[in-house]
Amino acid sequence: MKIVLSWLNEFGPFANPADVDAVARVADDLTSLGLAVESVDQVDVPVDGVVAAVVRRLERHPDAAKVQRVWVDAGDGAERHVWCGADNMAVGDIVALATLGTRMPDGRSIERRGILGIDSEGMLCSAVELGLGDDHSGIMIGPVDATLGASWWNVLGRQRDVVFDLDLTRNRPDCWSHLGVARDLAAHRSQPMVMPMGAPVREGDPVHVPVDIEAGDRCGRFTATVIDNVVVGPSAPWMQARLAAAGMRSINNVVDVSNYVMLEMGQPNHAYDLDTLAGGGFRVRPARDGETLVTLDEVERSCTQDDLLICDAADVPVGLAGVMGGLDSEISASTTRVVVEAAWFTPGGVMATAARHGLRSEASARFERGVDPTAGRTSSKRFAELLAETCPDLVVHAGEADVTGTSMPDIGQSVEVRGAVIDRVLGRHVPRDQVLQILAPIGFEPTAQADTDVVVQVPPWRPDCTSEIDIVEEVARHIGYDNLGRRVPRPSTGGGLSTVQQRRRELRRLLIGAGVSEAMPNPFVDPGAMARVGLDGPVVSIVNPLVSEESVLRTSLRAGLLSAIAFNESHRRDGVALFEIGHIYPPAQAELPDEREVLCVLLAGRDAAAAVQLWDEIAAALGVGAMIDQRAATPGLHPGRSAALRAGRSEVGVIGEVDPRVLQRMDVSERVAIVEIDLTEVLAREPKPAAHRAVSRMPSSDLDLAFVVADSTPAADLAKALRSAAGPLAVSIELFDTFRGDSLGDGVRSLAFRLRLQAADRSLTDDDVSSVRAACVSAAESMGATLRG
Amino acid sequence: MIEQVLDEVSTVTDTAVADIVACDDLAALDAVVSRHRSKKSGLGAIKSRLGSLDQVDDRKRAGAAVNEAYTRIEQAVEERRAILADAAINAVIAAEAMDLTEYRRPSTRGHLHLVTQAWERLEDVFVGLGFTVAEGPEVETDWHNFEALNMSEGHPARGEFDTLFVDHVPPGGTPGATLLRTHTSPVQIRTMLTSEPPIYVIAPGRVFRRDTPDATHMPVFHQIEGLVIDRGISMADLAGTIEAFTKEFFGAGFTSRLRPSYFPFTEPSAEFDIRRPDGSWLELGGCGMVHPEVLRAGGIDPEEWSGFAFGFGIDRMAVMRHQVGDIRDMYSNDIRFIEQF
Repeated sequence: MKIVLSWLNEFGPFANPADVDAVARVADDLTSLGLAVESVDQVDVPVDGVVAAVVRRLERHPDAAKVQRVWVDAGDGAERHVWCGADNMAVGDIVALATLGTRMPDGRSIERRGILGIDSEGMLCSAVELGLGDDHSGIMIGPVDATLGASWWNVLGRQRDVVFDLDLTRNRPDCWSHLGVARDLAAHRSQPMVMPMGAPVREGDPVHVPVDIEAGDRCGRFTATVIDNVVVGPSAPWMQARLAAAGMRSINNVVDVSNYVMLEMGQPNHAYDLDTLAGGGFRVRPARDGETLVTLDEVERSCTQDDLLICDAADVPVGLAGVMGGLDSEISASTTRVVVEAAWFTPGGVMATAARHGLRSEASARFERGVDPTAGRTSSKRFAELLAETCPDLVVHAGEADVTGTSMPDIGQSVEVRGAVIDRVLGRHVPRDQVLQILAPIGFEPTAQADTDVVVQVPPWRPDCTSEIDIVEEVARHIGYDNLGRRVPRPSTGGGLSTVQQRRRELRRLLIGAGVSEAMPNPFVDPGAMARVGLDGPVVSIVNPLVSEESVLRTSLRAGLLSAIAFNESHRRDGVALFEIGHIYPPAQAELPDEREVLCVLLAGRDAAAAVQLWDEIAAALGVGAMIDQRAATPGLHPGRSAALRAGRSEVGVIGEVDPRVLQRMDVSERVAIVEIDLTEVLAREPKPAAHRAVSRMPSSDLDLAFVVADSTPAADLAKALRSAAGPLAVSIELFDTFRGDSLGDGVRSLAFRLRLQAADRSLTDDDVSSVRAACVSAAESMGATLRG
Repeated sequence: MIEQVLDEVSTVTDTAVADIVACDDLAALDAVVSRHRSKKSGLGAIKSRLGSLDQVDDRKRAGAAVNEAYTRIEQAVEERRAILADAAINAVIAAEAMDLTEYRRPSTRGHLHLVTQAWERLEDVFVGLGFTVAEGPEVETDWHNFEALNMSEGHPARGEFDTLFVDHVPPGGTPGATLLRTHTSPVQIRTMLTSEPPIYVIAPGRVFRRDTPDATHMPVFHQIEGLVIDRGISMADLAGTIEAFTKEFFGAGFTSRLRPSYFPFTEPSAEFDIRRPDGSWLELGGCGMVHPEVLRAGGIDPEEWSGFAFGFGIDRMAVMRHQVGDIRDMYSNDIRFIEQF
């Protein structure tokens, strides 16, 4: 919403537009009231040296086709010669002359520059060059009665002004008007609010305008006032200037006044030519499906029964209610009798219609947020007053129509505000008198008061205020958020991260220590992405995706990370190690999908051994024991180089290498090791603190055993069997060598283990060692392994 | 006679010392030492001849001279030994010199995502202020995301969120009521429903909007939410907490201000801005006193408890801290970007 300072000043002086400090204070005050000032712009700033001049002579020069020679008189009787590229002026026209030495708004200065050796004694200016509009098609032409030599801004009736662009929140429909903003600002500054008033207007005989509201559920109120002796013409320069500053184009005095009243009072309104309005009356009804109406912007609108139409008495649509008037009943040059409509429509209805037609107008913006349902008649009165300035014989007919519908909001709703609640929310005591002093100027009049509490009547322009807390907010706003003090509350319990959060951090630190970097791929994937990484199964889809490539919620982190590996490979970065800790969203028969947090690590250029090593580090850091189960199927992973991680009955993840076929489909050329862990399972399982075991002081002895064993027997199984056979004397067991070779034969390998044996309370004897050895050999043989020579 | 002996001692000693000083290494020194210590050496020979001196005084003088000579030689040996030992270790040290800059290699350490870095810093600041960290699902119910936050169906503010809906339908539920959370505020509701006040939590998390990506927007981004519910919590507590956070997170030269705004789930509502040391302002986020309807939806009696909430973007913190010009770069997963931080 653009607020023009001179306009605001009509409600009580707030700041002189030329006083930079005062203007800044207004901006600060507005922002502190919650009417955020996005920008402050100076408009119509006079440029010294630009004066009115009259064109005396025009002449073409044979050698300069694109320019002409102009002789102007700026009131001092001397003819000045200027070169000019435009040709929209004629002898006798009043033009804007920038005299020599003038500093233009764009910074350049006007000098005695010439062409063909003939000097130019100044420059004729277009509107855009003077900051007076966006018209650059020609030289600005002024009124014929202009005083020659006078400042161009005086000639146009323009005065230096300031425009505040406000970013208004949804709860302040009242501030979509100069009146509303002025009310808040005047209250904030404890200064009286003055209502702008024009000269009284002649009242004519009652003229009855029949109004029939058929759709009372969408039209709460409809007023119609007839104005006579209208002469359509240009509006006064000051009005044109303000409308321009507020971002509206001047059309004619009737349309301008209509817009002016809307921007001033916040009440959208529409002026119809009464003589073209069949039956001289209105009918407000739902549209019929497919019914059409050409709106003022000359677009044919096809309506549905959810749209509301304003029709003439002959049932011909003349306006799309709350959004835009129809083209056929537009004010024309010959209009003399005008009927002004000012109505109240339901916000939801207008919002839906505006959205359906993709037509957000100044009117619909206001109706959507909520217009004061009592403002119709005062707005029509203001309309007549303002129009009378350019139509001296104007007559307002009595007997205006004022019809209500069922959706007319309750006016004068009362809300109780307890002093204790104000004090609690604001964190300081606000005496009842101060509460009343704050609320009354912004329209909340008290209807009852107790010791500390009050009951106030909500003004009709504040439909957002329906409960106690809404009123408390008004009190806080006007006291000023900066004046409420600051206190840091101290919880009685200590802050901190949960176990899961701490373990998640430990995991991240471990991973970066292991040289793995964190990626964040998009959790939305294309519908084929999961199948490409070898995972099928049901998915949750986005109903209204931005693009189909991002329409499915992932059920695995692999697709995104593999794409990242492929991207980096394509940029000559091989061997990239990436991880993601993120959510997957498998569908579930539950209130929500089975959302889970997962860690996926991909090590490009590394094999499954690297995955096992990394997993061992993770398992040690997080205290998770899990079996590497290579018999289980691991979809999407290398069939011979992958395993499930089994902890008890649950599978907590997979490790190994990505299936080479998946890598081909994902355009990854290196082999890729993977560790994938379900963190929802793992992070929450905090291990019990380890119990201390005494370190033996007795000497230890190492026993090395190598077995030839079938490839199909997991080394871990053999190790487990050895450990169990060795009994309590074995303090550690380590696989220290693996050997395959022709000497051993196909399908077998040699696994060499080193057992460290130690007793807690004595030195080991040769018998101890040999009995452990015998037990181990026998256990291994029972698994089909043979002791290697 | 005695004079001759004394001269001889002096000469032999001078020779020995000269030999010692001339040694270039410890082995040579050892050889010289054993030579001079032997009974056949010059001094040994003189010593064996002392008995042939007639006068007791002469024998005494000559004996003393020989002992003195031995001492002198031993001293010379020790001095020489120390010098040679130093030289030996110095030679080893000199031979071992390395150009350490030959061994510089790029770091193999991994890097945390910028969002994670900002996320953890924010958590740390609030943990220091006594907060715990709450989490919630990214796929949410319409009720938690909107309804319970005082945005019932048809509320105009819903339209400002550009919500992404998913096709999940709970058993017995209706389609269209499951969505990707548009803000972290549903965690407020979940926290209120599962814990008793006093509540001091923050909820960082991933949020989703139907936004076309550009230099400052991503459809998937991150927010942090704060919620405090206790007895007698007021706007002064809100302003004080925002100020404490500002100083802790941005630095002592930064301050904050609240200015009135509007959100359906708080009232009074405010935007909070951060004032940089150079005097410029940065709009950071939204905050306010938890709306009584939201407290009720969370099962908390607004007559007994009051509270405040605040929220702002995490991605922006990361982007600002590291002068990342385009937020999309942060999500490119380009290792050349990641390893810079």
